[in-house]
Amino acid sequence: MSRKSYMQAINEALAQEMERDPTVVVFGEDNVGGTGSPGEIDAWGGVMGVTKGLYGKFPNQILDTPISESAFIGAAAGAACSGLRPVAELMFVDFMGVCFDQIFNQAAKFRYMFGGKARTPMVIRTMYGAGIRAASQHSQALYPIFTHIPGLKVVIPSNPYDAKGLLIASIRDDDPVIFFENKVLYAIEGEVPDEPYTIPLGEAEIVREGEDVTIVAIGRMVSMAEQAAASLADDGIEVEIVDPRTLSPLDEDTIYESVENTGRLVVVDEAYPRCSMASDISALVAQNCFEHLKAAPKMVTAPHTPPPFSGSLEDLYVPDPEKVANAVRETVGQGVAS
Amino acid sequence: MSEAKALTKLGMPKWGLSMTEGTVVQWLVEEGAELNNGDEVVEVESEKINNAVETPAPGVLRRRVAKEGDVLPVGALLGVIADASVPDEEIDAYVEEFQANFVPEEEEAGGPEPQTVEVGGKRIQYLKVGEGEGTPLLLLHGFGGDTNIWIFNQEALAEGGRTVYAVDLPGHGGSTKDVGEGDLASLVGTVAGFMDEMGIEKAHLFGHSMGGAVAASFAIRHPERVQSLSLIASAGLGEEINGEYIEGFIAANRRKEMKNVLGLLFANPDLVNRQLVNDVIRFKRLDGVDEALRKIADNLFPSGRQADVPDLAGVEVPMLVVWGREDKIVPVSHSENAPANARVEVLDETGHMPQMEAAGQTNRLIGEFLDSQEG
Repeated sequence: MSRKSYMQAINEALAQEMERDPTVVVFGEDNVGGTGSPGEIDAWGGVMGVTKGLYGKFPNQILDTPISESAFIGAAAGAACSGLRPVAELMFVDFMGVCFDQIFNQAAKFRYMFGGKARTPMVIRTMYGAGIRAASQHSQALYPIFTHIPGLKVVIPSNPYDAKGLLIASIRDDDPVIFFENKVLYAIEGEVPDEPYTIPLGEAEIVREGEDVTIVAIGRMVSMAEQAAASLADDGIEVEIVDPRTLSPLDEDTIYESVENTGRLVVVDEAYPRCSMASDISALVAQNCFEHLKAAPKMVTAPHTPPPFSGSLEDLYVPDPEKVANAVRETVGQGVAS
Repeated sequence: MSEAKALTKLGMPKWGLSMTEGTVVQWLVEEGAELNNGDEVVEVESEKINNAVETPAPGVLRRRVAKEGDVLPVGALLGVIADASVPDEEIDAYVEEFQANFVPEEEEAGGPEPQTVEVGGKRIQYLKVGEGEGTPLLLLHGFGGDTNIWIFNQEALAEGGRTVYAVDLPGHGGSTKDVGEGDLASLVGTVAGFMDEMGIEKAHLFGHSMGGAVAASFAIRHPERVQSLSLIASAGLGEEINGEYIEGFIAANRRKEMKNVLGLLFANPDLVNRQLVNDVIRFKRLDGVDEALRKIADNLFPSGRQADVPDLAGVEVPMLVVWGREDKIVPVSHSENAPANARVEVLDETGHMPQMEAAGQTNRLIGEFLDSQEG
């Protein structure tokens, strides 16, 4: 066991799976970043360096692709159907629009349209989220779009331990998985076992136990919820934090069980508010736990506007611990702290 | 203590390698209370488990320095114990001086770290604590456990110049998940191989639960390598075992299930905290663990019975048997099956984990047992 960053945890998961299974192949824009050069030395390892060092160890299992998302995501879907386990990296989820057909109409449909006879064991790794001054086209949190599509699994780790275990589980899964990495989390560290391990897809984690309010927080928002919970505890409000870890399938039972206990729900989601995880989970809870609710569910999300380039506006754009704490206080009838 | 007026510090204990601080949960005695050796003074919660801190010396609890709810670093002053005749001013001066000079140990400051060694080509992880000339101690955990079950014991046993090894058996902790045949003989073989690799000719063997069956079986096969044998809530002394626990441990993958399963280990199930459950779940998620546990359970505990009960009758080494009266995994009645030469101790209000739930008592019993051999 040792301390590793979120980025190292992902790199280690890729390395251990390529080692274990030669059908696991990794490709994307600049994943090698030096194909044809003397290997590792020049290898860039993807836009943020997540795959750095892998080319030297697995020269036959990792390759660079042209800047053509529809081509290489389509190639991943085809390769998955014909016996490989591709892990494609599509830099920023904001670019996913150019290959929606390959994802929505092909990969997501194969199992269904071929009568259950086709498997599509592919993973698309992609970055999401605001916070690094990368403006509207590189900062969105578009996981709700993929959660909407039947046939896709959507995974969103909030910490290094989960990142490794969920990525290995995603690679071994026989369905297409969209794996969301928050670019602000890459540097954070945590205890990550050296050995390979899996965390089942569709199993939420209760990050903190509490009796008063349930917060469901997605990805990076888990840390915002934890900070809010610490300050709320000083005022005697005990928050329970549920991290779904997988948005599709969603571990509804764990959320319901928590809300049945607390009677209050706040969902913290970095996505736009409309048709988001926040609105989805609020609706599910309203339908399934209505008689347990003591207050209306609250959503803490980004505003319905593109992520701003201005640093000061971007800081206001992402939900922060204060907004989370205020929402929690409203659900317990304490109003907004001034 | 020959000096009657000495002041004794009651400090924040260090339970296990990762502990850097603890929370003061509750004082168990009032200021002014008379304390005898072994008396529990204050309950402390580490990230792993709650436990009571025992008085380090007889005397009167003169000051409760730490307040309930305080989070304090290892070594911090919790209270002061002294004879009733020591003037208050002296106690105040001691507290003042301690607080002014106390510097918490740096995190990761040179404590023992787990190490690995190849045994028969497979990785075995172990933790070595203490340095001593004498015969080393070797601690073997039970089914599903690892070196962490000795969190309250290993350092205490190493005090006074003993070398104490705790080993992760195959399929467990940080060791290989390849358990080979996964039977008692293969586990015994690993222990012998480990001793060979470490250059340990002879050891005081300690086994908890399944580790006790391994230790006993080892003593039968290699009596010349065993200085003494201590069996704690041990398997291998009878056929009954709680099959529901074994199967429940293998099946449980979610926190709530695991918490219930682990609760069976203790007389007081509230001792099982979040971190303990988390650690076990994280262990169970490692590649190969499910298969390893399944294989060992099928070999050692088929259909909820112990398959292989070693016959200890001919083993003549000094033997200590410790059991919790409320053991829900291996019945305390098995303590009666120990050979006649064994010293048998049954602890009240204690379940299957005496070394954790009654750590102080267990450490004392072991200390006396070892001293009696040396003396």
